[in-house]
Amino acid sequence: MTPLLRQILNLSDNPISKPVLINDISMKLNIFLTILAAGCMLVLSCKKDNYEAPTSLLSGKLVYKGETFGVEKDQVPFQLYQFGFGKVGPIGQSFSQDGTYSALLFDGDYKLIIPNGQGPFLWKKTAAGNPDTTVITMRGNQTLDLEVTPYYMIRTPQITAAAGKVNAVFKVEKIITDAANARNIESVGLYINRTQFASSGTNIAAATTAGAAIADPNNIALSVTIPALTPTQNYVYARIGVKIANVEDRIYSPVTKVSF
Amino acid sequence: MKKLFLSITIIALLLGNAGCKKDSDFLDVKPISLLPNEVAFSDPALVLSILGDLYNRQLDFSSLDGRPIPESNTGDPNNPDIEAGWRTFSDFGESFPSENGSYFLVRNTSWGYGEWRVDWSRSYRYIRELNLFIQRDSASTALTAADKTRFMAEGRFLRANYYFEMVKRMGGVPLVTSPQTYDEGKGEVVSLQTPRAKESDIYDFVINEMEAIKNQLPSDVNTKSRATKAAALAVKSRAALYAASIAKYGANTPQVSLPGGEVGIPASRATAYYTTALAAAKEIIDGNAGAYKLYQSLPDPAENFAALFLDKSSVNQEAIWIEDFRVGGRTHGYTTNDQPYSISDEGGDAGRINPSLNLVENFEKLDGTFAPLPTTDGSGNPIYYTNQEDIFAGRDGRLRGTVLVPNSLFKGKRVDIWAGYQLADGSILSSDEAGSLKKLPGTNTDIQVVGKDGPISGLEFRTQSGFYIRKYLDPTVGSGRRGRGSDVAYIRYRYAEVLLNAAEAAFELGQTAIAAGYMNQVRARAGLTTPLTSTDLSFDRIVHERRVELAFEGHILFDYKRWRIAHIVWDGAQTSLADLGTNIGKATQRSTQPWGLWPYKYYNPASPNNGKWLYKEVKPPVVTGFDFFRFGNYYSQINDAIIAANPKLVRQPNQ
Repeated sequence: MTPLLRQILNLSDNPISKPVLINDISMKLNIFLTILAAGCMLVLSCKKDNYEAPTSLLSGKLVYKGETFGVEKDQVPFQLYQFGFGKVGPIGQSFSQDGTYSALLFDGDYKLIIPNGQGPFLWKKTAAGNPDTTVITMRGNQTLDLEVTPYYMIRTPQITAAAGKVNAVFKVEKIITDAANARNIESVGLYINRTQFASSGTNIAAATTAGAAIADPNNIALSVTIPALTPTQNYVYARIGVKIANVEDRIYSPVTKVSF
Repeated sequence: MKKLFLSITIIALLLGNAGCKKDSDFLDVKPISLLPNEVAFSDPALVLSILGDLYNRQLDFSSLDGRPIPESNTGDPNNPDIEAGWRTFSDFGESFPSENGSYFLVRNTSWGYGEWRVDWSRSYRYIRELNLFIQRDSASTALTAADKTRFMAEGRFLRANYYFEMVKRMGGVPLVTSPQTYDEGKGEVVSLQTPRAKESDIYDFVINEMEAIKNQLPSDVNTKSRATKAAALAVKSRAALYAASIAKYGANTPQVSLPGGEVGIPASRATAYYTTALAAAKEIIDGNAGAYKLYQSLPDPAENFAALFLDKSSVNQEAIWIEDFRVGGRTHGYTTNDQPYSISDEGGDAGRINPSLNLVENFEKLDGTFAPLPTTDGSGNPIYYTNQEDIFAGRDGRLRGTVLVPNSLFKGKRVDIWAGYQLADGSILSSDEAGSLKKLPGTNTDIQVVGKDGPISGLEFRTQSGFYIRKYLDPTVGSGRRGRGSDVAYIRYRYAEVLLNAAEAAFELGQTAIAAGYMNQVRARAGLTTPLTSTDLSFDRIVHERRVELAFEGHILFDYKRWRIAHIVWDGAQTSLADLGTNIGKATQRSTQPWGLWPYKYYNPASPNNGKWLYKEVKPPVVTGFDFFRFGNYYSQINDAIIAANPKLVRQPNQ
């Protein structure tokens, strides 16, 4: 117990035994009350002023008829909107390279879109040509896969290493075939990197073939020489990407670790 | 007593008299720190000082003293954060930024959608002040008619040019041509929220305004820092050309458009715009706006080209509209930032812009053919050069007018650019400290093993590409000091660009012979010996000519955007050595990473090549990212907060 507090308590117990000047008491009482008030505020403000961090996890992946596909890391965005809080702006995020996404959100109602012209796929649209929304109601964690229609799918990719090279054999299936939306293949590429992040930009070596030079889309072979690696490692990561004419993002196969 | 009474009466009377002034007169004190509008617009000198501020707030993409960073200022709106002047000239694979704090330019893997945007609030505050200026000028009764007309035309010129700067970056923006007033009584803002105009409407506004005011501006070739008839025509020609190419080449990227026309121009309008562009350029070329001509005062094409940007005398009849600087007044730090390290006026402050090999190789040979700089012979062995500059011999004069190659002269001294000794056993003797000394194998004396200007990987302020920039670099003694600064002007519009505008417009209209004639004037000045014939002319040639003539003048981004080739040139893949050497001079040559060309001195006393020079193409190891221009980059993002404040604004496509 502080001396000040004791003094005040003493005073109330026995006002006569310890005469204290009134001024003195009231000042001390004032100080005590001030400290008490400040302390209360401090304790209360910790609760009142700060929001709790969002805890509900929204996660999922891009799928076409249940099958996943890859995209380039941080290049395919999606936007989450939450209405009812004054100004409306999107929460912008992007898919990771295996096509998955996740966001920590508050419980509430959200709308999700993928902006036009993003991704190697078509996202459903409204009659006016705007991206249609997916309504999401968050009450705790939720897994939500996003169904899209890719222009192409990479089928049965086989990536192997032999004699200082990485070889890939795969099929490409055209998914969107109607005249308005169908696109040609601009090029196909095999990308290798020291880490899992292998793509058209991030790679240590790449082999590409122009779309016009593909004779049989059911049997495409690519081969890339592994460059000297410093420091040495006896494996690389590889994946196949398809560039679609007039579409910004490539569609990728899963990453394969290739040892040699 | 009587005397006292009298004095009191007199004093009281006096006081009473003094106090008899009317209250309204007494309270109406003229402010001594503010000029009321009618006073300010009564004296041409005062109007000019208002106009001077408005001139200063024009926007350049590249600017020697930098440009405001959009939406970055936290405090005073009139003192925004300014990006370093040199950095506005870098990026796009055309140069390497040799400053530790700016490596992000070559390390990032895409441009944000907000990149290159205008600061919305600051822009519309400026537009409002221009509108007020025009309104007050027209209301003025004390100015002479001639002054009034010219000021009015200048206000409209600045407003139209600013809308042009906005439409280049953002597409169609709200077109506000009179000062809006907020009615506090009504307390609503909906009537002030203006939707975006069509992209073509803004271009039409610029073109029509320039046409309307051109004859109210002086036709004086020596008026360069204020608007002239030629400046109005030059803006008109460029704006019409931009609109025309967006209309024509926009067909290649149908997804870069909005249904309301805020982005994108119908292809049917291309021909009309090209015709306008050609006509406006022709008015200048025919001498209707003053005696403009190409700058040709020095016999050597390279020296002449470099001097064009330094000469502010009446000899320079090429510059049409400039942003001027003056020692003792407003100067800029461009030379301080970019001078060669070994010749620096300011110890340790130098060398930030290093032009890339990508750009250097695009300067043609004198006969007009393209070829990479030869570093190896057919069987892969290095080619040895007796003199360091020999590899650059026989190239377009603009190369050495734009770029300081190894061993070039600047301020009477030679730059010292070489990466080390190539030894006979294939190893390299160098150092990670510029200009440092080591012993060659088999010798006992210390000698310099690497240039004082680098190149050394990761060593800032020295070149890391093997080149320094020369354009705008001020050779005046002291201009590289931080305290003094340089007064070299930034040329916004010049006659050579007008010729290239005319050439492009004529080419697109099928008048190839006329187009070749205009282009050959610019090319002959650069020292190219073989004129182009009308069959040589192609889209690639047009693109290439603008790239080399107008390098580092703030054109490449907007040119590649309007031709809709930005997403092909900066496609997000790495630039390989093969990419660099093939397709030179092609419009769509990939250029996502700046490469360098490093000179080495050969050391092998037994060889006849001892002491000669060889060159190696090097991608500076700092370059780990690549340029990736996405469809959403064609039109810069309008900030979400701005859209939230004015819901009538539609979002840009593909974002």
